[in-house]
Amino acid sequence: MDLLEFARGPALQTAAYILVAGTIWRIVGIVMLKEKADYSEPRGRGGFFAALKVIWTRAFTAEPFKKATMYPKMMAYVMHIGLFATIFLFTPHIVFFEGWMGFDWPGLPNSVIFFIGVATVISGVALLVRRMTSPVLKMISNFDDYFSWFVTMLPLITGLLIPVRVLFQYEDLLAIHILSVALLLIWLPFGKLGHAFLVFITRGTTGMVFERRGART
Amino acid sequence: MTTVDGRHRLDREAERIAYKPPEARHDKQGDMSTDERVEHAMHHFVKNFNTQTASYLDGCVHCGMCADACHYHVRTDDPRYTPIWKIELFKRAYKREVGPFAFFYRLFGFKKKITIDQLEEWQHLLYDSCTVCGRCSLVCPMGIDIAGMVSMARHGMFKAGLIPHELHETAKRAAETGSPLGITPEKFEERLEWMADEHEVDIPLNIEKADVLAVMSSIEIQKYPESMAATAKILNAAGESWTFRSDGFEATNFGMLSGNTDWQKEASMKLINTAIKIGAKKLVLPECGHAYMAMRWMGANMYGKPLPFKVQHISEYIADALNEGRLKVKKVDKSVTFHDPCQVSRRGGATQAPRDILKHLGVDFREMPNGGDYNWCCGGGGGVVTIKRADELRHRVFKLKMDQVEATEAEELLSSCANCRQSFDDSQQHFGWDYTMGSLMEMVADNIEEQRS
Ligand code: HEM
Ligand code: HEM
Ligand code: SF4
Ligand code: SF4
Repeated sequence: MDLLEFARGPALQTAAYILVAGTIWRIVGIVMLKEKADYSEPRGRGGFFAALKVIWTRAFTAEPFKKATMYPKMMAYVMHIGLFATIFLFTPHIVFFEGWMGFDWPGLPNSVIFFIGVATVISGVALLVRRMTSPVLKMISNFDDYFSWFVTMLPLITGLLIPVRVLFQYEDLLAIHILSVALLLIWLPFGKLGHAFLVFITRGTTGMVFERRGART
Repeated sequence: MTTVDGRHRLDREAERIAYKPPEARHDKQGDMSTDERVEHAMHHFVKNFNTQTASYLDGCVHCGMCADACHYHVRTDDPRYTPIWKIELFKRAYKREVGPFAFFYRLFGFKKKITIDQLEEWQHLLYDSCTVCGRCSLVCPMGIDIAGMVSMARHGMFKAGLIPHELHETAKRAAETGSPLGITPEKFEERLEWMADEHEVDIPLNIEKADVLAVMSSIEIQKYPESMAATAKILNAAGESWTFRSDGFEATNFGMLSGNTDWQKEASMKLINTAIKIGAKKLVLPECGHAYMAMRWMGANMYGKPLPFKVQHISEYIADALNEGRLKVKKVDKSVTFHDPCQVSRRGGATQAPRDILKHLGVDFREMPNGGDYNWCCGGGGGVVTIKRADELRHRVFKLKMDQVEATEAEELLSSCANCRQSFDDSQQHFGWDYTMGSLMEMVADNIEEQRS
C-alpha cells in the first residue's frame, strides 16, 4: 500500500469514525447534564421555533455592534464561505463525494475555486494576525485556538499546492492533502472547532430562554 | 476647520491614557483555610453546570467580540474586562471537572487547578467590573449568555468567602433584617404614614385580603420616598383592591446580587408567601431592575412550581391600566428620553411598557441612539453601586451613558429603576452633570386625570 492508498483508505476512514464518535460523545456529554425546569410564566414563545429563530438571526450583527465588529466578522465570513465553497463546490471533490454518496451536484470552475481558496487563506491569516496582535485576543487565546487554526488552514494550503507541483509528485501531494484533511476531521470534535455543531446548541438554548421571556435575542 | 489650542492636551485622549486599574484589594469573609476556599469555589462552580452553561462554555470560539459590547472594556481598553475572560475560572473549572473531555484535561494537565490567587484576582472582574447588564450576550456570534454565567460564578465566589466587603455587608444586612438598608417593618410603616400625610393620599397597609400586593425597594423607601405615594396614587386611581404589607415589602434581592442562593430564596419566599396569604392575584414590583429579574423570572423557580399569581413591573401595570382605560393621564408638554433598566428591558423583556406609557403621556419621546434593548448600563447594576472601591471605574464608564443621554437633547431624563436612579444621582454629582434622573412612575402619578363617576 503506498502513501496515497493509505491516505485515501484507512487514514480517511479512521478519521471519519473518530469525527462521528467524538461529536456524539461531546454532544451527549453536554446534553446529559441536568437541566432545571423553568416555572416562570412565559411572556413569549420558547421551544423549538425560538431556537431555530436565533440560530438564524445570530448570523447577523445587530446595528449597534456593526461598527466595532465589522472587520473580524467580514474576515470570518469570507473564511467560512470560502471553506464551504472549496470543500463542496470543487469538481474533483464532488467526484469524491459522488463516489461516497452516489449523487453529484454542479461545481464551480477550477480557476474560480483556486481564487476562492487563496481568498480563504488570506482571510484566515488576517484572523490569525488579529489574534496575535489584539490585546484582548492575545489574552483569551490558548493552544486550542492556534492549533484549530492550523488544522483548518492545512488542507487549504496543501490543496492549493497540488496543481503547483513543487517538490513532490502529484500523488504524494494529494496524499499529504488527504492526510491533512484526516487531521482536521480527527481534531474537529475535540477542540474549539466543535463550534461547527455546538453553535446550534448555544444559539438554540439562548433562543429558547430569552424568546420565552419576550426579551431581546 | 477646528483649531486646537496646543498648550493643553485634549481631555478625552488624556483620560484614556491616564487610566490605571484600581489598586487591587482582595476582600475575604470567614476564616476558611486557603484550600477550603478553593474547594468551596470549585464545588459551587460545578453545581451550576447544566446543559445550557456547558454548551456555552464549550462553544466559545474566542473571537473577542464581547469585549466591544462591554462598557468596562470600551472605556478602559483593559483586556481583562473582556466579558468571557471574567468567567475564565468558571470555564476552567468546567473543562477540568465536568466537560466531556475533563478526563483528558486532567490527565495531561491542559487546564491547571485553580489557585487562591486567581480567585482573589477574579473578585475584581466578577464583581467590581460587571453589572450583569447582558449587553455582551447580545453581540456574541455563538449566542452565549455571558452575563448569566457571571451570576453563576458569583455563587462559587460567595461560598468561598471571596466577595467585596460592602456587597457582603449589604447582603448580610438584608438577610438579617429583611432589608439591605436595614429598614424594619416599623420604619416602613412610619415612612408610609409620613408620605400619606404629605401627599394626602390613602395608602392601604396590612389589608387582610387584596387583589394586588404592592412591594417597594429599600432604596425608594429610604432615598425616594415619593415613590410610595406615587404607587398609591396610581393603584388608587386605577380602582384597584390593593395593599402594602409590613410582613412582605422588600423587593430588592441582595442574595441574588451577591451570589448567595439561600438568601435569594429567603427574600423571594417572603414576598411569595405574603402574596399567597392575602390571596393576591398579582404582585406588582416597584421601579427596580434586579427585583424584576429575581421575582418575574426567578421567583417561580425559587418556589419550585408556577406561582399562583401574576408578577408585573409597575411600568407593565401602568401600561396595562392605561391601555385598558382604567387609568387616564393628562398630556405632558415636554421632551423626554428614557433609560431602560437592563434587567427589566434587555434581559426582562418589558421594553414596550414604558414606551406605551410615554405615548399616553403625549410627550415628545426621544429614543437614545442605540437605546432600548441595546442601552448602555447605568454602571451601578449587579450590586456594583454598593462597592465603594469600584467608584472610580463606575464613573469612568458612566461617560458612555452621558453621551447617549445628551445626544437626545431631551428636557427630561426618566427611568423605572431606583437603583439606576441612585447611580445616576451619584455620577451626576461626581461630574456636575446637568441631567437629573427622574422616575417614570412619578411622572404618571403627578399627571393622573381624576375620573368623575
Ligand atoms: C483551495 C483548496 C483546495 C484545493 C485546490 C483542493 C484540491 C484537491 C484536489 C486536486 C484533490 C484531488 C481530487 C482527485 O482528483 O482525487 C483533492 C482531494 C480531496 N480534497 Fe481537496 N482541495 C482543497 C481544499 C480541501 C479542503 C478544505 C478539504 C476538506 C476539509 C478537502 C478535502 C479533500 C478530500 C477529502 C479529498 C480526497 C478525494 C479523494 O480521495 O480522491 N480539500 N483536493
Ligand atoms: C455552521 C457552522 C459554523 C458557524 C456558525 C461558525 C461560526 C464561527 C464564528 C462566529 C467564528 C468566530 C469568528 C472570529 O474569530 O472572528 C468562527 C471561527 C472559526 N471557525 Fe467557524 N463556524 C462554523 C463552522 C466551521 C467549520 C466547519 C470550520 C472548520 C472546518 C470552522 C473553522 C473556524 C476557525 C478555524 C475559526 C477561528 C478563526 C480565528 O482564528 O479567529 N468553522 N466560526
Ligand atoms: S454583563 Fe455587562 S458589564 Fe458584565 S461583562 Fe457583559 S457587558 Fe460587561
Ligand atoms: S463573543 Fe462569544 S464566542 Fe466570542 S469570545 Fe465572547 S463569548 Fe466567546
